Amino acid sequence: MLTLDRKFLRDLWRLKGQALAIAVVIAGGVMTLILSVTTLEALSGARDRFYASHHFAEVFADVKRAPLGVAVRVQEIEGVNLVAPQVQAALRLSLPGFDDPIRGLAQSIPDGRQPTLNRLHLVAGSLPEPGRDDQVVVSDAFAEAHGLTPGDGLEAIIDGRRVALRIAGVASSPEFLYQVAPTDLMPDYRRYAVLWMNQRSLASAYGMEGAFNRLSLTLQAGASVEAVIDALDLALARYGGTGAWTREEQTSHRFLEEELNQQRIQATVLPAIFLSVSAFLLSVVMGRLIQTQREQVAVLKAFGYGDGELARHYGLLTAAIVLLGWALGVALGAWAASGLATLYRDYFRFPDMPVRVPASALALSLAIVAASALIGTWRAVWRAVSRPPAEAMRPPAPQRFRRSALERALPAALLGQEGRIILRNLGRHPAKAGFSIAGIALSAGLLMVGAYQLDAVETMIDQQYRQVLRMDMELTFVDATPARAAGELRHLPGVLAVETWRRVPVTLSHGHREARTSLLGMEAEPRLRQVLDGDGRAQRLPEEGVLLTRYLADQLGAKVGDELHVAVMEGQRRQLTLPLAALVDEPLGVGAYLTRTQLNRVMGEGSAISGAWLLVDPARREALNAALWEMPAVAAIGRLDEAERGIRDYLDETLLIAALIFVAIATSIGFGVVYNNARIAFAERARELATLQVLGYTRAEVARILLGEIALLTLAAIPPGWAIGLLFSRLLNQAFSSDLFRIPLVFTPQAFAFAASGVLAASLLVSVMVVIRLGRLDKIRVLKAVE
Amino acid sequence: MNTVPDALVARGLTRRYRMGEVTIQALRGVDLTLKRGELVVMLGASGSGKSTLLNILGGLDSPSEGELRYVNREGQAHTLSGASQRALTRFRRHHVGFVFQFYNLISSLTARENVAVVTEIARTPMAPEEALALVGLGERLDHFPSQLSGGEQQRVAIARAVAKRPELLLCDEPTGALDFRTGIRVLEVLEQVNRDTGTTVAIITHNEVIGDMADRVIRLRDGRVDDIRHNAERRPARELRW
Repeated sequence: MLTLDRKFLRDLWRLKGQALAIAVVIAGGVMTLILSVTTLEALSGARDRFYASHHFAEVFADVKRAPLGVAVRVQEIEGVNLVAPQVQAALRLSLPGFDDPIRGLAQSIPDGRQPTLNRLHLVAGSLPEPGRDDQVVVSDAFAEAHGLTPGDGLEAIIDGRRVALRIAGVASSPEFLYQVAPTDLMPDYRRYAVLWMNQRSLASAYGMEGAFNRLSLTLQAGASVEAVIDALDLALARYGGTGAWTREEQTSHRFLEEELNQQRIQATVLPAIFLSVSAFLLSVVMGRLIQTQREQVAVLKAFGYGDGELARHYGLLTAAIVLLGWALGVALGAWAASGLATLYRDYFRFPDMPVRVPASALALSLAIVAASALIGTWRAVWRAVSRPPAEAMRPPAPQRFRRSALERALPAALLGQEGRIILRNLGRHPAKAGFSIAGIALSAGLLMVGAYQLDAVETMIDQQYRQVLRMDMELTFVDATPARAAGELRHLPGVLAVETWRRVPVTLSHGHREARTSLLGMEAEPRLRQVLDGDGRAQRLPEEGVLLTRYLADQLGAKVGDELHVAVMEGQRRQLTLPLAALVDEPLGVGAYLTRTQLNRVMGEGSAISGAWLLVDPARREALNAALWEMPAVAAIGRLDEAERGIRDYLDETLLIAALIFVAIATSIGFGVVYNNARIAFAERARELATLQVLGYTRAEVARILLGEIALLTLAAIPPGWAIGLLFSRLLNQAFSSDLFRIPLVFTPQAFAFAASGVLAASLLVSVMVVIRLGRLDKIRVLKAVE
Repeated sequence: MNTVPDALVARGLTRRYRMGEVTIQALRGVDLTLKRGELVVMLGASGSGKSTLLNILGGLDSPSEGELRYVNREGQAHTLSGASQRALTRFRRHHVGFVFQFYNLISSLTARENVAVVTEIARTPMAPEEALALVGLGERLDHFPSQLSGGEQQRVAIARAVAKRPELLLCDEPTGALDFRTGIRVLEVLEQVNRDTGTTVAIITHNEVIGDMADRVIRLRDGRVDDIRHNAERRPARELRW
């Protein structure tokens, strides 16, 4: 081993504290990338494999009722590959010992066989035996939530009739990876079930013998989706078809896709922010670290070492630190990703989900950190080697100091000798001070992004469940019902208030843009389901025109006053034109709202309703549940508190954990930066500090100079840190907006305080370490020797 | 004296620095010849330009004007003034040894390793142990600089400088940071290296007494050679007193 390499190892050991702190900064950036990309790959890989192995359909269509022969004709449409007709029925379930209403969806499978498309993944038990009417396969999430196993019984109401069922098997399906009730945002496994029954038994229970009401199909390679859908809609229109849709609009797939999008954003925006911050800090810190070694560079040069040899030597030092940080980041990232993947696997119920760190992420992260470290190192090495060695070896000549404007403005007595030294030190090296401030500010900004995520999610849920959805319960009727049914609901036990609503599935279009959603007709002044304006105030619905969620209006490119084309997807399939009357600001979902009277009028129907919202006395909830169970016309019963708990649990388990990981990373980066700043400031001032001690300054007085500098830099970094945090949060906010939810751009005082206290705490910790180090400073040696 | 070949020939060297807003004229035209194997002491007060001159002679710095030639053992002359950084690095690497006032040892390396750092890149070096034995530190090979006294550190620095068998040994205030007794010990070592290896040695100092051990004493004042004195006889270093 060359002596220079030995020096490299010893230097590395001597600098271990700083090297580790820099490594932490690198690890933070690398970890975000590895974590996000790995989770994303694991999720999308698991999904794609599951879709492929279980023949997930590509196009879906619902009809009122079509004879099975129609499916054969659909098969002949050009571009269609496989066709699977099914009977599908909404149902309600009751389980012994569970009082809450359970919604469900039953789908038929060929008697005793796997379906052609959307095959079931059996987790336990078997498919129903052919010819058995009572056997069902239940969805694994539901079975798990209630501890159900094959052989257990349950009671269902299908089409108003009670049926006793027995569980034959437990399974998952590519169609219901995300098992969410039609009107919910979040899955509630205890209160929503998917069941699969033999074709014959479900058809007879639902009055669908020899017919189907749901069609799934796959396409031939290269087929035009639009053409197939057009032909399909044409073929199914007379059977009450509501328009075929693709996977992109299939609920489970869409939610999954949203989730993956979130991950994708997290895999680009956050690592981009974190990595660029850590790359910047790395280059600054490495640069200054080598700056402190300039005398050694000069000595080695004096003895005839060439620039190339020195560059290699310091490059090695950088490479070692970078590799250490990178390896640390990869290890932590992989570890966090496997943890997060476990959460997602439980959530999406993928049968297998191997977690592998993609080689591309490894290469990319290594390239980024190596490049940024080399830039920093190269600059500093260049500066060090380009100086004539004779000059570098001499103790630096006293630099030109000046009284700064700030110093002149402050009374001399207030500053004291130490204050003056601090101010002049910083003023002498404005660039250096600027870099330190920028580094600390960036860390503060990262902390603020973390705090923002936590706060914003909280605010979003509060807004949705305190201000928008104020009902306790949502009832959905099997069919549109005359509004007078509401009177009956009012007399049920525990019902405090009732508001009715009408929902109609539509396709909205404006210009060439269109969106599938539904029109929700409500009271003119809904109290149980408010529509908010930009200031969060409840709006009154106008007599004429429709209100759109701002996000949806933006998607359609529609402004208030524009005419919207509305294609109704049920009944007579009317084509309407409605003016856009106002915009609605709500964080979750996208909707179109109007008065129920207006909706009834344009639909050409009497005062019909699709469901009702209830305000309920919690003490009488059980009696109410029992009464509702006796009402077969009620197809679904949704509890809002459960929905809120579901969404909170979900966010707690996924988004918040991710946010906490990022806060932890931001904290470590912040600490790494402050620590390195302090250590380098210490190294740069060792001679001066020793001189002061020799002159009779106490350790405390000398410490005050150094700590004062750290404190001043930290304090100066906090306001720009906030600004950076606001900027980063805005970026993240824009990237995260989707039609499922928009995280509001809100900043609590706590977020500001969190960012500030994070860097202050890091500074405090570092200050303690500096004071300890100051105690070990050998005054005489520092003064005599040039290190 | 005429039979002794030249080692280094300087003609009309000047050196200007820009220090912020002022220009400092450190050398104002220096003519000087160092003979092979001689021991020269350059005397001068602070600011007389002696360090600047030494740095230029050693290829650590370049003159603003003037000519500097180095003549190797084979008698070939190389012009150093205006030479590239690469050429200067080569010159330092193979022909020059430096001793600095503040030793400038690498603190993370032991005595032996501090010498090895230089011998590893030299053409015909001594073994580091041999160089350290030469300066009387054969017993302290594996000590780190922090475990050595100032005089011992300076002797390691000398061992480091002579280990490559340089033709030119340049010492900038080698005793400046040392007490009298240790200073004498260091000068004895320089004297011995000059005598035993025939290395040309130039010592700069502001200590007049040290001039007595030299073949020639060159006095610098205000960036010029003020006076050159030939000593008829060199006084042994151990007899010096200050």
